[in-house]
Amino acid sequence: MSWIAGVGMTSYGKLPGRNTLDLMSDAASAALHDAELERKDVDGLICGYSTTFPHLMLSTSFVEHYGLRPSYAHSVQVGGATGFAMVMLAHYLVEAGAARNVLVVAGENRLTGQSRDDAVRTLAQVGHPVYEVPLGATIPSYYALVASRYMHEHGVSEEELAELAVLMRRHASAHPGAQFREPISVQDVMASKSIAAPLKLLDCCPVSDGGAAFVVTRDPTNAFRVRIIGVGQAHTHQHISAAESLTQFGAKASVERAQEMAGVELADARYVAIYDSFTITLTILLEEIGLAPRGQAGVRAREGYFNRDGALPLNTHGGLLSYGHCGCGGAMAHLVETHQQMTRRAGTRQVKDASLALLHGDGGVLSSHVSLVLEAK
Amino acid sequence: MTGSSLQDWTTGEQKLVYQRCASCQSTWYFRRAFCPHCGASDVLDAHASGKGQVHALTLVTRAPTEEMRAHAPYLIVLVDSDEGFRLMAHGEPSLAIGSRVRCGFRTLAGKLIPYFEKDHA
Repeated sequence: MSWIAGVGMTSYGKLPGRNTLDLMSDAASAALHDAELERKDVDGLICGYSTTFPHLMLSTSFVEHYGLRPSYAHSVQVGGATGFAMVMLAHYLVEAGAARNVLVVAGENRLTGQSRDDAVRTLAQVGHPVYEVPLGATIPSYYALVASRYMHEHGVSEEELAELAVLMRRHASAHPGAQFREPISVQDVMASKSIAAPLKLLDCCPVSDGGAAFVVTRDPTNAFRVRIIGVGQAHTHQHISAAESLTQFGAKASVERAQEMAGVELADARYVAIYDSFTITLTILLEEIGLAPRGQAGVRAREGYFNRDGALPLNTHGGLLSYGHCGCGGAMAHLVETHQQMTRRAGTRQVKDASLALLHGDGGVLSSHVSLVLEAK
Repeated sequence: MTGSSLQDWTTGEQKLVYQRCASCQSTWYFRRAFCPHCGASDVLDAHASGKGQVHALTLVTRAPTEEMRAHAPYLIVLVDSDEGFRLMAHGEPSLAIGSRVRCGFRTLAGKLIPYFEKDHA
């Protein structure tokens, strides 16, 4: 058994003057404070990676910089799925008795620490260096290929994809830390400039600066009681050219593994936090996992199903699409918000019931999947 | 036509090359010395006909580099080849999902790339 004893994150967006280690430190301090622990209590450290601070030994660098003396430390890299993969590992470390208080931390000045072209070029490297990148392919174009096929097979319209961007912005408008808080309409999304058709600017998450951290512990350290009861993964391909299908990925298998471990059904989930790098990402994940029928995610969003006061609240902080995306920290914000909801600290964003939460993240081009089931006692 | 190390567009030859497993007969595109499906090591290189069908496509407006921006917008396609493997390439703007296509080659930012056009045959 393991507990998420504390969480912390910065606001996301432009945070000039803060580098990777600064943002990791800010988030770590917030999470330790939340868990009512001190640096000396941390005996396990798991870090992600940072494209603006590529390092062979990021975790050791952070040990030195932040002033930790853990008996276990290293980094994890599975793209956007990294945040939840780190939590899964922390859970197993605690269960195995290898560590008692594991600090999970990531941060990156992805927006102000490099040029926009550098960010686009670096991220495009998840594509194949010989067979894909020389074609001028970008992350949005890999997802746009998926979108074209998915829309063709399931009859989804661009307007329906846009509904998910509108929903995320509506949620972000209630979070002071979100990068984008001005409400948008389907018309705004449709009128935004094309990036890689059918994806337009507002179908894509922004590039952000930010940091996030959690403390996963063997025993409760404060009044919070959020337990990790199920974890699962699935990995099917790296490159979209080599994916077996453009409409069926590893999400369902990953979620089923986590569900089975937790001994819960999908219908038991009261709150969901799902990776949303693009509107098509969120659409496919919701539908493959079974949180919306095929072709119906956008319709459900429009009808209020995923609203704060809807049947199944989704990413109430605004997700990657509007809270922001700083790399590993991107999906970690989903978990920070989930924890806030489960401990009833979400203020004006508080949902009625977040007693059982399902989280799902993907890395690459729907390549690497990690799912978590959390329970509030 | 088979061989052990056929050249293709990635090394500047106007050819598409794929691999086939002599044991399980599966085909694939990214080169390696064994079959990713059954693990057998009797892998054959083969020239593809260049004929296939468009599986997915996107018109890229936001190019990744200054060099590529000169060519934008450009159409990136995933094509299901008649030999059974899938590949990424460029294509003429009028292509749609399901279009029958054949492969030619063009130069993009100084490098040879596969470029698909409608197959009217």
